[in-house]
Amino acid sequence: MAEEKRLLQVKDLVLYFRTTKGVVQAVDKVDFDLGYNDAVVIIGESGCGKTSLARAILRLLPRNVHTYSGQVLLGGTDVMKLGEEDFRQNVRWVRISMVPQAAMNALNPVLRVGDQVAEPAIIHTGISRKEAMEQALKMFRMVGVPEDFATRYAFELSGGMRQRVAIAMALVTAPELVILDEPTSALDVLTQANIMNMLKQIKWNMGVSYILITHDISTSSELADRVAVMYAGQIVEVGDAPRFFASPLHPYSRKLMDSVPRLRADMEPDFITGQPPSLISPPIGCRFAERCPSRFERCSEEPPVVVQDGRQVKCWLYV
Amino acid sequence: MTTEEGVQLFPTEAGRKAPVLSIRDLRVWFELRRWGFLPAGHVRAVDGVSFDLAEGEAIAIVGESGCGKTTLMRTILGLVRPTAGQVIFEGRNVSELGMRGLRWYRSHVGYVQQDPYGALPPFLSVRRILEEPLVINGVGNHGERERRIRKVLEEVKMAPVEDFLPKFPHMLSGGQQQRVVIARAMVMEPKILVADEPVSMLDASVRVEILKLLEGLRRTHNLAVIYITHDLSTVRYFSDRIFVMYAAKIVERAPVDALLKRHRHPYTYALLEATPDPDAKNATILKEVPPGEPPSLVKPPSGCRFHPRCTHKIAGLCDVEEPPYFEPEPDHLVACWLCR
Repeated sequence: MAEEKRLLQVKDLVLYFRTTKGVVQAVDKVDFDLGYNDAVVIIGESGCGKTSLARAILRLLPRNVHTYSGQVLLGGTDVMKLGEEDFRQNVRWVRISMVPQAAMNALNPVLRVGDQVAEPAIIHTGISRKEAMEQALKMFRMVGVPEDFATRYAFELSGGMRQRVAIAMALVTAPELVILDEPTSALDVLTQANIMNMLKQIKWNMGVSYILITHDISTSSELADRVAVMYAGQIVEVGDAPRFFASPLHPYSRKLMDSVPRLRADMEPDFITGQPPSLISPPIGCRFAERCPSRFERCSEEPPVVVQDGRQVKCWLYV
Repeated sequence: MTTEEGVQLFPTEAGRKAPVLSIRDLRVWFELRRWGFLPAGHVRAVDGVSFDLAEGEAIAIVGESGCGKTTLMRTILGLVRPTAGQVIFEGRNVSELGMRGLRWYRSHVGYVQQDPYGALPPFLSVRRILEEPLVINGVGNHGERERRIRKVLEEVKMAPVEDFLPKFPHMLSGGQQQRVVIARAMVMEPKILVADEPVSMLDASVRVEILKLLEGLRRTHNLAVIYITHDLSTVRYFSDRIFVMYAAKIVERAPVDALLKRHRHPYTYALLEATPDPDAKNATILKEVPPGEPPSLVKPPSGCRFHPRCTHKIAGLCDVEEPPYFEPEPDHLVACWLCR
C-alpha cells in the first residue's frame, strides 16, 4: 500500500458540528483509503457519524460546522485546499458523486425522471441538452430501467425503479467514485438483490469505485472489497472483506458480527448491551470501553491504530 | 379437501390444540373509483387466506411490500372489515362485533407498530402512554393502573421503572421506544400479539435484543404471536411456522425447519436466495433473482400469480389454472403445480 497510487486517501478528517448542547464530534480523525475500482464499506450504527463522513468527503455541509479539517486526497491532490467554486466545478459530481439516503423519495415530483438524470450532465460536464439526454438513456439501460420510463414522473415508478433512477443520476457524469448511502435499506429483499447485482455489474464493467455506507452487514458483504467499521465518530477497524467477515479483530466488530441473524448457519445471535457514548463529550480513552467484554486498565487511554497483516485496528488488545 | 365454495380446509389443523384465532377464507378487496364515482375494479389486497393460530404459537408472515401482509394484519386487528370470510376469536366473528365488542376484542390483541417513534404520541409521558389503554378499557382505580404499568415496564426490562415513567418518547433511544410500544401492547395482558416489522427500523445490535424480549414475553404469557416481516433471516429465531405470502395469497406455509430446508415453492426459493448472510464470497457472484416485479392486485395474472416470473412454469397449466394447496409432507402446504 506504501506508494501505490490510490484513488482516495482520507487523512485526519475532522468534522464537528455546533449545537445548542455543545460541539458534536461527528467525524473524529478518520483515516482510510480507497483504490481504483475498489469498494469500501463503512459499517456503523445510526448516529456513529457515517453519513457525516460522506458529506465531509463531498463537502456538502450544513451551516453549523464547528471544525472541518484534514486531508482528502483524490488521485494525489488535496481537494480540501480547493476553493468552493473550484470544488463544485471540478470535483463534486464530476469525479465524486453520491446517492444520498432515501434518494428514491427525493426525486423532483414535477420533472420527468429522464430530465432529472440528464441535469447533472448538463451542469457539470457542459454538454448540450440533447447529448445529455442520450447519456441519460444510456444510464437508464445500464441501471436496468426501460428507456421509455424516461418520460415518466417519479410517482409512476416503483420504489426499486426510483432507486435505480437515483443511481443513474449519480453515474451520468461518469465519476470515478460513487458514495452510496444506504442504497437498499428501504427496499424489499428481491429488489435489494437486484440492485446489488446491478451495482456489482457496473463496478465490473465501468471500473468505478464505491464507498458504501450501511448498517446492514449482510447486504454490505455483497459489494465489499474492504470493510471499515465506524463507532462513535471514529473508524475502529479497516480490513479486507474476506478476512473481516471470517474473523473481525476489534471487539466491537466481533460483537456486531455476532448480532447478525443468519439464514444459513445455526448460530444464536447476540446483542450488545448499553448504548454508544454521546458525541458531545465522548470518553477520553477507547470509546467502546464501557460496553467492551475484554476491556482492561489501558482502555482508559486512547488506543493507537495497530497495523496487523495489512489490517488496521484501533484497540489496545493488539499492541 | 375443498368445500363447495372452494374454501381450502386444512385437515392437519383439526388435530391441533384449540385455536385462539381462526381465519377462514378471508378476502379484503378495496373498491377503486374513477372520477370519484365510476367503479373501476377492486384491489384484491387479501384474497382467500385461511389459517388457525394456536394458543402460544408464533407464526411469521413473510412477503414483499404490496403483497397484502399489512392489510391482512389490519383485518386481524379489526381495523378493516373483510369483504368476505371470517376472523374468529373465541367463537365470535370479529367483523360482526359492534363498538363494545370490538373494544373487548382489541383488549385481547396487542399491536406492535413498525416505527416506534411514529407510533408514540410525542406529547405524552411514558406513564400516560401506558395508562391510556387501561383508562379506555376501564381498568380499576388509579392504584391498580399504576401497579400494572410498573409491572409491564419491568417485563420489557426498562429498569429502574421510576426513571422512565416521566420521560417523553424523544428522550428515549430507538430500542427503548420500541420497548414502550411493546409495553403498551402488553399492558392489557392480551392473548395475541401482532408485530408488524417490529425491528426493521432498529440498529443491528438492538434488533436481536428486541426479538429476544418478544420471545421471552411469548413464553411467560403463553402469547400467540403474528410476526409480519420481509426479512427471512430473523424469522427462524422467532417463530414456529412461516407463511410466505405473494400477491394477496399464501403460497407456502410450513414449520420453520421444513420451510428453510425443504421449501418447494419457486417464490420461497427466490426469497431465500436473495437473503444474504455476511460472507465475502457474495461480492464475487451475481444473485439469481426472478425477473420483473410483483403483479398488480387489480388484475392479477391468471392461474398461478407467480407464473410470469417463474422459471419452472409449466405452459398450459400454471398460466391457466390456479394451483390448489398440495401437502408434500404433513403440515407443509404449497400452492404450486410442481408439487402435484
